[in-house]
Amino acid sequence: MKIQTQVGLVLAGIGVTFISFWYGYHHHLLPIAASSEAVLIDDLFNVMMVIGTAIFILIQGGLFWVAYRYRRNPDDETDAKYVHGNIKLEIVWTAIPAALMLFLAIYSFDVYEEIGGLNPMDHSGHSASTSMVSTSMADTSAVNSHVVKAKTAAMLAAVNHSDSSMATMMDAETLAAPNSPLARTDDPFVVNATGMQYAWLFNYAGTELSTGELHVPIGREVILNITAMDVLHAFWVPEFRIKQDAVPGRTITIRLSPTTAGTYPLICAELCGPYHGVMRSQVVVESESAVNTWLAGQAVAMKDVDHAVENATTVALYPELLSDAAYLKPYADKLGVTVEHIRSIQAAQQS
Amino acid sequence: MTTLSERPIDPMYDARPDRPEKPEWRKYFGFSQDHKVIGIQYLVTSFFFYLIGGALAGAVRTELATPASDFVSPELYNSLFTLHGTVMIFLWIVPTTAGFINYLVPLMIGARDMAFPRLNAVAFWMVPPAGILLMSSFFVGAASAGWTSYPPLSTMGPEKAGELIWIMSVLLLGTSSILGAINFIVTIWKMRVPEMGWNDMPLFCWASLSTGILALVSTPVLAGALILLSFDLIVGTSFFNPTGGGDPIVYQHMFWFYSHPAVYIMILPVFGMISEILPVHSRKPIFGYRAIAYSSLAICFLGLLVWAHHMFTSGTPPWLRMFFMFATMIIAVPTGIKVFSWIATMWGGKIRLNSSMLFAMGFVSMFVVGGISGVMLSAVPFDIHVHDTYFVVAHFHYVLFGGSVFGLYAGIYHWFPKITGRFLDETLGKVHFALNFIGFNLTFLPMHKLGLDGMNRRIAEYDPKYATINMICSIGTLLLAVSTLPFLYNAIRSWFWGEKAPANPWSALTLEWTTSSPPPVENWAVLPVPACHPYAYGKRPASMMAGAENLPIIGDVDSIGASG
Repeated sequence: MKIQTQVGLVLAGIGVTFISFWYGYHHHLLPIAASSEAVLIDDLFNVMMVIGTAIFILIQGGLFWVAYRYRRNPDDETDAKYVHGNIKLEIVWTAIPAALMLFLAIYSFDVYEEIGGLNPMDHSGHSASTSMVSTSMADTSAVNSHVVKAKTAAMLAAVNHSDSSMATMMDAETLAAPNSPLARTDDPFVVNATGMQYAWLFNYAGTELSTGELHVPIGREVILNITAMDVLHAFWVPEFRIKQDAVPGRTITIRLSPTTAGTYPLICAELCGPYHGVMRSQVVVESESAVNTWLAGQAVAMKDVDHAVENATTVALYPELLSDAAYLKPYADKLGVTVEHIRSIQAAQQS
Repeated sequence: MTTLSERPIDPMYDARPDRPEKPEWRKYFGFSQDHKVIGIQYLVTSFFFYLIGGALAGAVRTELATPASDFVSPELYNSLFTLHGTVMIFLWIVPTTAGFINYLVPLMIGARDMAFPRLNAVAFWMVPPAGILLMSSFFVGAASAGWTSYPPLSTMGPEKAGELIWIMSVLLLGTSSILGAINFIVTIWKMRVPEMGWNDMPLFCWASLSTGILALVSTPVLAGALILLSFDLIVGTSFFNPTGGGDPIVYQHMFWFYSHPAVYIMILPVFGMISEILPVHSRKPIFGYRAIAYSSLAICFLGLLVWAHHMFTSGTPPWLRMFFMFATMIIAVPTGIKVFSWIATMWGGKIRLNSSMLFAMGFVSMFVVGGISGVMLSAVPFDIHVHDTYFVVAHFHYVLFGGSVFGLYAGIYHWFPKITGRFLDETLGKVHFALNFIGFNLTFLPMHKLGLDGMNRRIAEYDPKYATINMICSIGTLLLAVSTLPFLYNAIRSWFWGEKAPANPWSALTLEWTTSSPPPVENWAVLPVPACHPYAYGKRPASMMAGAENLPIIGDVDSIGASG
């Protein structure tokens, strides 16, 4: 190989490396990272972008190079040189991708363990036990048929459940005292999330509150117990990089740690019917005291279920009162929320 | 090594003299048992459904051009993307690859027909009724739960009739696929000319064999899932219904046990076609024949073990997510071997940059993008963010459109002279490639950004902040739609009035080029004997040299193609 070729190859290698690293960390493709999980996942994505960019440049560059350099002379009808393989080269391009994949797999495994994927209940994140807390709902059949018909409580900004004295829905481990979990900052902030066509209902552990949007404190682990009433839904907050399907008949637990105050979209990411696109709510990340104030305000706002339904209708009629309700205004008349319906949802959530 | 003339007349040659003398064109509309007729039937039928699937995609992108749901009702929108996916997979890519396998495999291995010609015809004739059935469901309210048809949504919607029709149609197409697969496997296994050992087989046959095995193993599981789903739908059983003690996640496992391998069923034959086209137009042997052949088998085996990577955010236990992450990443290795081998094949070649080669190189280029995003998606923590978003939509369109469809076009330009005896016009072909390539990237490249930024899929209306990018995607779709026009015009015109093609216009070495274009009913008067390895470019025997008697080879292929 000529010295000029060698120098050229080395320079090209440095150039590809530089461009790959630069692009891998300056792609601006992701929204802001508002949870500690998001930071870890973004690091993983950036590393994959570096590797991906390098492979992209090499292969596309190779294709353009052969198309330019080895284009046939129009008069040349002969064959090219007989080269049918090269064992060493083949070993290299088998071994390097294999090593890269091994690295990515181990790295991904590590990130997954770190974000509590393997065990959301374990704070240290080093246990191999299962994360699936399958507290199957008692009997959803009666509830279900209800919910199917009623395209439901989307605009329930807040629903106060009047007669709940049994707020415990988690193991004793994860929920120290039934009535005071929100006050203790070293325990996780537990919320039960229920998806239904086309809304989310959030029940805050230790309180009797169910709300249509999610408020969580900064700097405290949040445990979400996710389930669905009717069909599959998925809980997704892009800024948290966290997604989990809500499956009727089972409760799946995930963990997240919000770090940045703000209001983020909460999106249903699993096809759930014609109005899947409007099944949106929001997550508000704010200080612990702000969350408590908000929750107290919700408790005062609604005295009983009937009132809540009345209020829901009001909200639907005046969408400007509630930001996410603007999405739902055109469909408000399609809703058939009944008192029994909301009672049954709450009963299921609290059981 | 023997030459063509040494073999005695095959006794089978006249064994089926009972073919009725009908006008030539009528056999294409009848129950012909000729693998070439069936192959053409598959190709033309599936291209018709490709246009329908494309029209559905056009409607979807028109709706998505603006953030509001203003073009069709949300219910109809869901039906549109459901049928778009179903048509493109089950009525376009799968039957088109079946068409190529049908047409080419017997010709490549020196057989007079497939092993079971009647079964072959039965398999084809399930496709048109299934397609018509599926389209007719629009009159009763078509299925709207996505091509995945996940319960409980699929069994609870108001479109019960449409959903049932969808199930029946996919069952029919699945059955067709199973019958086809049996035929491919037996034909390749038993009907090669005696001189052709396993490692003398063209790589397209290796790919077809792997495809057949995959289809045979996985499709029955889909059929099982759909039959149980239909019971849930029409007689109220609770296989997948949690209110009756069933589990919707079981359906997902069964569905993806087929539908992930289905991706390989759709891409492996195209890999095989690319492995044929690149050496011919580079005038150079395929690089690493055995590595490519065996990597098809490796992909076939591994492809059966990765299905739950579609369920990382579903009810999949964490340890299982880790297993499927590892298994999925491993597939990148045999796939990478193929890509590197293809580039090494072209390296140092004498490349004939015609339409077929452009599409083949476009295939490699686009497939690599889909492969890179595919490896990213296999990483569980990252997949949790982008699952069910437009990032996934971009990924699988790069694999199945930039991959499979580009490869299928490459195959059409490459084998059109063999199939019809006439050349496609080269200028129109290049226009087709340019429009297709630009339109495709304009449509799907921006979707990566949409998904990463927070736009979920299967929605009729979206956050207005994504309006600009979506408009770009919709304009790209328009360009894609326009790009089929030069191809359609070219194909129809060339089929009847195109420049006549000789037996071996590309001076290729595989056996399908040793017979006339188009081949006679029995393929060869005397079964051919491979004179050399199918990729012995640069070392071909004198009998296979340009101008040799057995292989009529024309002079300047580029200029003749372009003038047609």
